[in-house]
Amino acid sequence: MVQRQRRAASTLASADYLHRRAAGDLAERLAGINRTFGVGVDLGGRSATLVAAIQGTPGAAGKVGWWGDLVGDHAAVTPGATSAVVPPETVPLAPESVDLVTSVLALHTVNDLPGLFVQVRRALRPDGLFLAAMFGPRTLSELRGVLVEAEAALTGGAGARVAPFADVQDLARLLQRAGFALPVADTELVRVRFATPLALLADLRAMGETSVLAGPHRPLRRDVLAQAMGLYAARHSGADGRVDATFEMVTVTGWAPAPGQQKPLAPGSARMRLADALGVTEHRAGDQPRAKD
Amino acid sequence: MTETVPVDPKLLEILVCPLTKGPLRYDRERAELISEQAGLAYPIRDGIPIMLPGEARKLDA
Repeated sequence: MVQRQRRAASTLASADYLHRRAAGDLAERLAGINRTFGVGVDLGGRSATLVAAIQGTPGAAGKVGWWGDLVGDHAAVTPGATSAVVPPETVPLAPESVDLVTSVLALHTVNDLPGLFVQVRRALRPDGLFLAAMFGPRTLSELRGVLVEAEAALTGGAGARVAPFADVQDLARLLQRAGFALPVADTELVRVRFATPLALLADLRAMGETSVLAGPHRPLRRDVLAQAMGLYAARHSGADGRVDATFEMVTVTGWAPAPGQQKPLAPGSARMRLADALGVTEHRAGDQPRAKD
Repeated sequence: MTETVPVDPKLLEILVCPLTKGPLRYDRERAELISEQAGLAYPIRDGIPIMLPGEARKLDA
């Protein structure tokens, strides 16, 4: 399991900016992979965004021969793309039928991610690639904080308002358990600046993401929202008066196992001590009593 | 009869029934994908297979 932590800052607010950015990131990863993929499928209907990103990425052109979209409802179909509408959380693809499965910020609404990952792995041919960008748990942390605070202040109780997202460690583990080889999950924080907290909400609405704000049985009260917006502006504005919103983008990569694929060595099979490789003195764990705190 | 948009043949090669994961048969005339195992005919609208059991036609036994 490899985990990389990357941080980046960015400015600009536009509803599908995050999707285009995530697609660009996936296109760069495809460019760095020394093979082509005959048949690709995108979960969530963003193959057109990916194709556009690939066209703008040196070395990525021609990486994917054919791309189809699986979307959850008819409204998400991109005109001109080859699409099928499928039930939520299903990947109705024949076993070992595709070379590449992608997804661009669409899997955070999936309840059963382990089940979805298993379905994806089965649909992939040996040495096929699963490459997906999804929102991570630090997404909208500012908004979450002020909503909880405003709700607690006005109603005397509060609960999660923004759907929980799987974190990077969970995802890498889930990939491994779903049978993927060489699973990698890495994360990047993207800071987007908005004119006002309400502009953030407007963009969430444009992205179709406002449902994450509504609790299952507790509609968001107007006064709670108003107070939360006030807190947001007070806590998270920069010198220019604009407000920050954090989005965490987690990218997962996993390969369908195939003979001849590179594999991690078995634990304990190392022929060199880590300390020697690092040029440091080895301190054995557990030999000395722990210093008192 | 309304003009039907053909389905991309590649899509037909990879799709299976979401309920049974079994094979589908393409009925060009009726613009449907038929899952014999599930006893359902999934409609194709504007060349887009709608693989939702709730929107599928039940096959007569």
